[in-house]
Amino acid sequence: MNTRRKITSTFFETLMKLSAFLIVAVLLYILGTILYKGIPSLSWEMISQKPSAGFYMGGGGGILNAIVGSIYLAGGASLFALFFSLPLVIYINNYAKKNGKFVQVIRLIMDVLYGIPSIVYGTFGFVIMLALGWTVSLLAGIITVGIFVFPILVRSMDEVLRTVPPEVNQAAYSLGATRLETSVFVSLRQAMPGILAGFLLSFGRAIGDAASVLFTAGFTDNIPTSLTQPAATLPLSIFFQLGSPFEEVRNRAYAAAVVLTVIILIISILSRLVMKHFSKYIIK
Amino acid sequence: MTNKRNSFRILADKLSGKVFLTFAVIACSLILLILAGLSFKSYPLLKHVSLFKVIGSSIWAPADGKFGLLPFILSTFLITILATVFAVPVCLLASTYIVEYASNTVRNLIMPVVDILAGIPSVIFGIWGVLVLVPFVSFLGKTFNIATEGYSILAAALVLAVMVFPVLINIFTEVLRTVPNDLRDSALSLGATKWETISKVIYRKAAAGLFAAVILGFSRALGETIAVLMVVGNSPLIPKSIFGMGYPIPALIANNYGEMMSIPMYDAALMTAALILFIIILLFNAAGRLVLIKLEKN
Repeated sequence: MNTRRKITSTFFETLMKLSAFLIVAVLLYILGTILYKGIPSLSWEMISQKPSAGFYMGGGGGILNAIVGSIYLAGGASLFALFFSLPLVIYINNYAKKNGKFVQVIRLIMDVLYGIPSIVYGTFGFVIMLALGWTVSLLAGIITVGIFVFPILVRSMDEVLRTVPPEVNQAAYSLGATRLETSVFVSLRQAMPGILAGFLLSFGRAIGDAASVLFTAGFTDNIPTSLTQPAATLPLSIFFQLGSPFEEVRNRAYAAAVVLTVIILIISILSRLVMKHFSKYIIK
Repeated sequence: MTNKRNSFRILADKLSGKVFLTFAVIACSLILLILAGLSFKSYPLLKHVSLFKVIGSSIWAPADGKFGLLPFILSTFLITILATVFAVPVCLLASTYIVEYASNTVRNLIMPVVDILAGIPSVIFGIWGVLVLVPFVSFLGKTFNIATEGYSILAAALVLAVMVFPVLINIFTEVLRTVPNDLRDSALSLGATKWETISKVIYRKAAAGLFAAVILGFSRALGETIAVLMVVGNSPLIPKSIFGMGYPIPALIANNYGEMMSIPMYDAALMTAALILFIIILLFNAAGRLVLIKLEKN
């Protein structure tokens, strides 16, 4: 009887190890597939040039339009979201009654918004765009994606600000600082690594998402020079090239996927480094 | 002089409180704004046809003005349920391993992997699905003599299962960590094996939280768009088998945005689809979060 119980326990332990291993293996499998298919078609021309006239038929050129468009869009959207999320997060941590009903409701709403898929934000952005009489443009895309990454930014900043020890703020108050001064000069400095990491996280989400920009940012072979022009994005560029009947174009889509993956990995590593580097200056 | 400066500081403090509060209220009204915007745009269709008819009808013929969403709703749920069934056991076991067994070194190796997986764009999952899972499904079809194109509900569910791994693992591990160590110690000291402790004590104690995690993973999977669209085949008929093609709501919206302005009512029908998706996900999300909040309080 006892041996049977032991065997069961060992059996499940092995199963758990296998499951954990499977998760790591799947990530490696995905990255491996993309790199294996994409690297042969990767070239300097691809990341340094705009598409030529016959690009989607296998002609020359690259995806610079999409790379730059994506960076503009993700940067703009993350800044837009930062502008709205910072006051909110400061309010629920330093102004409102700690863990009061109101704060709980706000946190619940932010969590719910966090779970809303990007396609819904995309359609909502489209509705706003029509209501304002705009056409597809970088600005419309920035606002849509900004709304989409807003809850992501709120959550990561709130998580950090919540962990600031209350004594730190109390010390500032006892020296006569107002809530605003404490928030700006004390809390924000404490939370800076978290804010930067949150910004990078939302930048990564914004650059990788296709469904939210589908309706609002449009697509173009040019690099946008103003907010009112349409902008291409990497995920959409990949998606369109994959739909091509020409094998060369499809191969280039795989290469573009490598570019996107590398950008995402760099952002992920960067946010880890930021966290590590700036944590030194935090009072614990 | 100091008095003047102080009154300015106090004024700035009070004013900032008002401004920050305004931001908070605007942000919270976002849910209502989305609801209002989508309802407003769906109204032209729902004025003529009742919502129940739109949900209950299976005929999708935009050119004839017939917008039955049933096949899309069924596809959405079928794919999502299947994905959840695939993902939950793997993630629960892996999370249990991370919390109960893994050394710090191993944990610090797996959690970044989960984070990176969470950050990988949908379109990358889609490419992987097309290159790996679609051929895999057609291989299965050939082996078991089932007619399939590879592009199928099964392929979509497999991609989706992988995509919800991070959501599930993050919440599962968080929930499992909240189980107090006393319970583990008592069970082990009574002679229970590690697995008995986990299955009879820890899982039972964490049941509500684990359930909430499943709901949240499920609702995340409901809205996935690009990756699913790339492998599901996009055929607007009621799905007959998991080897057949499907057409979930997000894919429907994403695929047809180009033409929707050229056919009357088409845009209203797509907005109705988005509205239905939004409401379903809203409810699931709120339910999952409320359970987690309640647990946190205890």
